Amino acid sequence: MNEHNILLSKIKKYDFALKELDLYLDTHPNCRRALAMFRKYKELRSQAVDEFTKRFGPLAPEQNNDMQHWSWIDDPWPWERR
Amino acid sequence: MWQYEKKLQYPVKIKTPNAKLAKVIISQLGGPDGELSASLRYLNQRYSMPYGEVKGLLTDIGTEELAHFEMISAILYQLTKDLSIDEIKASGFDTYFVDHTTGIYPIAASGAPLTAAYFQSKGDILTDINEDMAAEQKARTTYDNILRLADDPDVRDPIRFLREREIVHYQRFGEAFRTG
Repeated sequence: MNEHNILLSKIKKYDFALKELDLYLDTHPNCRRALAMFRKYKELRSQAVDEFTKRFGPLAPEQNNDMQHWSWIDDPWPWERR
Repeated sequence: MWQYEKKLQYPVKIKTPNAKLAKVIISQLGGPDGELSASLRYLNQRYSMPYGEVKGLLTDIGTEELAHFEMISAILYQLTKDLSIDEIKASGFDTYFVDHTTGIYPIAASGAPLTAAYFQSKGDILTDINEDMAAEQKARTTYDNILRLADDPDVRDPIRFLREREIVHYQRFGEAFRTG
């Protein structure tokens, strides 16, 4: 796997943990352990997303930082195998 | 509102096209227990829910189903990319090809197009959550059937992920049922 895919895979893992905690917290809204885990993964995700968007371009349109080119439209799109 | 992120929830990397498999997996796109009808079911039902727990759960699961809809679309896109006309004829994919070429269109494996008749929004918390729990089990059974039909490990891996999500959603809906 290249660095792009390694970093994207890391973000997906954090997102998965956050999604699981999100659904769990919906039905266990006062679970302090889950709330603490949610905060931990949110921070890890935020760092990984910052690193990814700096190096490989935006995951969402508002993360476009390139002043020469609108990189949001660059290939590959998620359904394209690379 | 919703926002898009340019990534799949779980990777889809299929090396070998297989139109025959696409013909059955498409049921999870536009079929009776597919991901789009699941998303529409939950996102429509949430307005009549009296409790925050259930409004939150329907919003969050309904949103996750859209990510699953995208994963199924990616599977179909990769399974039908670069097919020869001989492969299209031999696989039986010609009946889809004649109407859609290889465009992604939500139908059941039988060819019936997506319809709102696949789900209900009854305005009653216990009625709707019972439907939702059944819907997750029906989708899980469909994924079990797809796993009986699919040999390619590149296809089985994301299908297994989607199957597991049905089980987690079922558990969360079970907890929501008890709050109701």
